[in-house]
Amino acid sequence: MTTTSAISANSKLNNKVALITGGASGIGRATALLFAREGAKVAIADLDADAGQAVVQEIVNSGGHAIFERADVSGAADCQRVVERVTRQFDAIHILFNNAGIIRRASVAELSEEDWDRVMAVNVKSIFLISRQVIPVMAKLGGGSIINMASGWGLTGGAKAAVYCASKGAVVLLTKAMAVDHGAQNIRVNCLCPGDTDTAMLRSEAQQLGEPGDRFLMDAARRPLGRVGKPEEIAQAALYLASEAASFVTGAALVVDGGGLAGSV
Amino acid sequence: MRLKDKVALITGGTSGIGEAAAILFAKEGAKVAVTGRNEMRGQVLTERILNSGGRAIFVRTDVSNASDCRRAVDETLVAFGQIDILFNNAGVFYPHTTLDCTEEEWDLQIDTNLKGTFLMSKFALPGMIKRGSGVIINNSSGWGIVGGDSAVAYCASKGAVVLLTKAMAIDHGRQGIRVNCICPGDVDTPMLPEDARMRGQKWEDYRAGCSNRPLGRIGTANEIAKATLFLASDDSSFMTGASLVVDGGGTAD
Repeated sequence: MTTTSAISANSKLNNKVALITGGASGIGRATALLFAREGAKVAIADLDADAGQAVVQEIVNSGGHAIFERADVSGAADCQRVVERVTRQFDAIHILFNNAGIIRRASVAELSEEDWDRVMAVNVKSIFLISRQVIPVMAKLGGGSIINMASGWGLTGGAKAAVYCASKGAVVLLTKAMAVDHGAQNIRVNCLCPGDTDTAMLRSEAQQLGEPGDRFLMDAARRPLGRVGKPEEIAQAALYLASEAASFVTGAALVVDGGGLAGSV
Repeated sequence: MRLKDKVALITGGTSGIGEAAAILFAKEGAKVAVTGRNEMRGQVLTERILNSGGRAIFVRTDVSNASDCRRAVDETLVAFGQIDILFNNAGVFYPHTTLDCTEEEWDLQIDTNLKGTFLMSKFALPGMIKRGSGVIINNSSGWGIVGGDSAVAYCASKGAVVLLTKAMAIDHGRQGIRVNCICPGDVDTPMLPEDARMRGQKWEDYRAGCSNRPLGRIGTANEIAKATLFLASDDSSFMTGASLVVDGGGTAD
């Protein structure tokens, strides 16, 4: 039995085309693998070509369809090139997961202007730049689902994370504004607000703060579920928003954080 | 089958969102216990599930009454042995401002929408804690997040449900129990035309007003049931204390 035939008619994203930014690692990678397993053709845009190609290979080896396009999604020309490549290859884009993101752990007093600009460009402007290319494609198809990566820190503040909090707060409200503008075109726009998730970004944060790499794994004991999330668990939430199961959901911020925002134990 | 061999207890399950959830959960393999106040509708629903090869029981219950809640839990345990999923869905709504809401109407809404959630959870939790796993889903509302006109007791009860959800998530996360709520916008259930009638509005006008949201329509009960299924299943394994807004964008602007 080939894996292709294992994609049953029950698959949640059969014949859909999904574009995932930052899809080479972490939550983006887990989502690319999950969406492909659910029958979607997956396009990955990322700065890291080696890691991106590896994810594509993994999907293709399991009988799925995937392509990689190296891109810096904070640049308009790259965004345009990505969308043209995907529509040329797969003829459609039904799902856009604006997942690419970076973090700088610093207070406003410590943060350089360059770091401010870079985080805002990657975390926020990229969503604007690529969505404005994708929305006309979706509108022509009669609808689509856009999922933006926000964060628990888009809903509440955190220490030494000023620009990250600002960027993610912007994503939450950009999501609502886009939902209002494009609901009539049957394009649903939602965002995900994960708590600490076991990815390379989390370990990089500890490094930026000069703390042991497992510091966040230990901190996670304070949240109600007593652990950090797995990339696959955030991917499942993205799948829900991408699928028809969420057909009446738009403008929402889906918090997936093991109860972190509910309060501390 | 995403709920294979699970047992789900659904309050207010004989119509609207509760009924849609009962049918969907059964289709996904769950054994379903449905509560409600209307015996006949309850029997019709359980027969429908049994006829499609599922398993279901009905327990006549007023969730504002503690002994009724205890009996609903006990009868579910007798029939199916355990409770994996509790969907606190029962709710009532009377459109009134503070000035014209009677004390009886206030009590009825708070007792059904809020205290019923407390009571059912209180009796269902010990079994879940003993087995180290369980999922509770509370039905809040878009009006648990933003206010609405002539809906004081309803808004109060639903806002309370949002925070009760978070508090329960904190208390029972370590016991392997996830607690989340859904916040539906206007949905095509009997509650909606009833609200139109009580407000003295024509259904067509009322419905057009409700459709004025980004997706340009009201929701279907099945769409809310699907959100509940997501929260009931392992797909949401890292979610607890959350409010899932399913409102066609109604609270986005």
